[in-house]
Amino acid sequence: MKITKFLASTVLGAGLLLGAAVANAGEITVVSWGGAYTKSQVEAYHKPWIAKTGNSIKSEDYSGGTAEIKAQVEAGNVTWDLVDLELSDAVRACDEGLLETIDASTLPPAPDGTPATEDFLPGTLHDCAVANIVWSTIFAYDKSKIANGPTTMADFFDLKKFPGKRGMRKGPKPNLEFALIADGVPAADVYKVLATPEGVDRAFAKLSTIKDSVIWWEAGAQPPQLLADGEVIMTTAYNGRIFNAVANEDKPFEIVWDGQILDLDLWAIPKGSKNKELAMDFLRFSTATEQLAKQASYISYGPARKSSGPLVGKFNGKDIDMGPQMPTAPANLKNAVQNDFEFWADNQDQLNERFNAWLAK
Amino acid sequence: MTDVAFKDQMNEAGELLTADGVPLKQKLAITTRRARMRALLLTAPLIIFLVVSFVIPIGQMLFRSVYNAAGSNVLPNFAVSIQDWDEQGLPTEQMFEDFVKDMQLARKNRITGKTVGNLATRVNYEIPGTRSLFTKSSRKLSKVTEGPYKEALIKIDKKWNDPGLWIALKRVTKDITPYFYLAALDYKYDEKGDIVAADELYQIYVSNFWKTLRLSATITFITILLAYPVSYLLSTLPLRTSNMLMILVLLPFWTSLLVRTTAWIAILQTEGMANDILVFIGIIGDDNRVQMIYNQTGTIIAMVHILLPFMILPLFSVMKTIPPSYMRAARSMGATPFTAFRRIYLPQTLPGLAAGTLLVFILAIGFYITPALVGGEDGLLISNLIAYHIQKSLNWSLGAALGTILLIIVLVLYWLYNKLVGIDKLSFG
Repeated sequence: MKITKFLASTVLGAGLLLGAAVANAGEITVVSWGGAYTKSQVEAYHKPWIAKTGNSIKSEDYSGGTAEIKAQVEAGNVTWDLVDLELSDAVRACDEGLLETIDASTLPPAPDGTPATEDFLPGTLHDCAVANIVWSTIFAYDKSKIANGPTTMADFFDLKKFPGKRGMRKGPKPNLEFALIADGVPAADVYKVLATPEGVDRAFAKLSTIKDSVIWWEAGAQPPQLLADGEVIMTTAYNGRIFNAVANEDKPFEIVWDGQILDLDLWAIPKGSKNKELAMDFLRFSTATEQLAKQASYISYGPARKSSGPLVGKFNGKDIDMGPQMPTAPANLKNAVQNDFEFWADNQDQLNERFNAWLAK
Repeated sequence: MTDVAFKDQMNEAGELLTADGVPLKQKLAITTRRARMRALLLTAPLIIFLVVSFVIPIGQMLFRSVYNAAGSNVLPNFAVSIQDWDEQGLPTEQMFEDFVKDMQLARKNRITGKTVGNLATRVNYEIPGTRSLFTKSSRKLSKVTEGPYKEALIKIDKKWNDPGLWIALKRVTKDITPYFYLAALDYKYDEKGDIVAADELYQIYVSNFWKTLRLSATITFITILLAYPVSYLLSTLPLRTSNMLMILVLLPFWTSLLVRTTAWIAILQTEGMANDILVFIGIIGDDNRVQMIYNQTGTIIAMVHILLPFMILPLFSVMKTIPPSYMRAARSMGATPFTAFRRIYLPQTLPGLAAGTLLVFILAIGFYITPALVGGEDGLLISNLIAYHIQKSLNWSLGAALGTILLIIVLVLYWLYNKLVGIDKLSFG
């Protein structure tokens, strides 16, 4: 009898202790895009935060979109605490009440005391999301295979000058923008033209000129692979993925910045997250000046804070200056388009249908 | 019943009693009820499983395809008052007031599923390009505190002056809507609210349904051509050899679908094995390698391979039961080999053939992973479009409508099949 009592109290006590320990060191689930990108976040955000707070992070990969968030929130069983979203998805999910609102004034100020709301680049703070990086879709080619390589977006669409297959992201975005730029529309007017039915027709007509030579990719890791395998001679891609292939795998790829489409990745917290406070703490930590600058030494995506810019140094472990590799470097911004999330939120359903119908023809 | 021998086993009413004195009839009823209950309990797991995994989801899908309450959830008062509008000119000031107040409340409360964004998404399905009109206007509406609301709204954006928008809003605030079936059949509402065919450039669903049916029929036909001789060989060979060959059929059958599909990618891609061999033999030049994958050809090849066992197995099991002496008898009575095959052998294999055809066709019509991986642009089937709406565009109602139409097609085919072949003739071996 005594022994059972003793055992019971020990087990109970141990259980309580264990419970307390778990409650102290919390765990959050952070969801991002995988590959070289998640790796840069793990190095620059996760590891220092874990070391500082003693909490742990469960890192998961996903392939974009808001389907999982919607399913989790509507079922009332939210298992993701922080998600790396594309701008148009973040705005749309926020509008539909799928994300927690984030008070930007609670974000840490820049080292010189500039408040966060002024330190972040314009358009990078939203009601429910805080940007961490600026990325872009560019096109790249293998310079060991093309001697006098392409230099403009028009070259990408020029099958006579550069015969061979092209890789493009499967979907209207941002191929319609590319097509208009190649067709001679100035970067500043792209969305003005695209907002008219004639503009959409014009973009599709331009895309039709190379349709038979296009291999469509869906995941960000595919285009560098297509280039490396020789399946295509040039391909659109996310700039960080091409940089990763060049810097880490010594591939002879060259990025053409003309006509690049700038976009953002933002942190957002699904509504009803069970670890909201902890997720918020990680969000504040990871979007501080130093962390954003540190991430840029692992991948060539531009930090969303102005104060991080000067801190960006060399690529981790190699003698490559990261500054000129950023989409936001002045030399690369000459003919750049800022992705218009409102245009895509309004028109993506319809344009997707048209794109699918166009593909099937 | 007045037999003396049973006298002490009866009660006063003359009913037979069992050993413990309960009337036999009652006792019997109890026992049979118990047996029935036990049988029911034994099947209960299956029944519960079927209800949970089959009846409820399909019911939900049917429901979602016609029900979408985004409109009335966000605009509860406006949804009631707008129904009195005669669709001439613009709605009344009262309706505008309801609209503005409902929008303000929705923006303030921000309840999941009842936000301005939900309404905007719903209206944007019917009138593409209006999404930001709602989200932007709702931001500015927070400053509007008094009427006239009509002028205030039109001042924010003159698109609110368009009667077509209000006709759409009246439609959207009804919870039961045929819209998603219209969209799934390439129709839409025009500005006046009449049903018209969608612009040709945006039509994808009907042609895709046809393509799915056509591809499934082609695949079924090819599996018949390939499986029939193989099954015949398997059924006539001595047991040891046929068992060996059977392993060759079953081994891929047991291998993961993904593995098999990726294997086909390795074989068929432009730099793949098949092309390498053709180039090596010299049939084609190195510069014009054949595109065998990421199109309909790739889909057909991979799906035929994956579905082949579903044709071979029922055919084999039926052929195994046909005595070889029948054919010999037919030949000995003067039939040519072809006549003997056509009139004696083929009719006897019909149950297996029917089962295989039904199985392969219905599996093919709903195939998803293989076309997604090797279908490229023109090899995508209707299930891929459904998945697109469930996972990417999040237009679950449209996905549900497409799914329901697919279900109806399968049921119609099943009915047709029953009429033509007879479901009782089916034999899965």
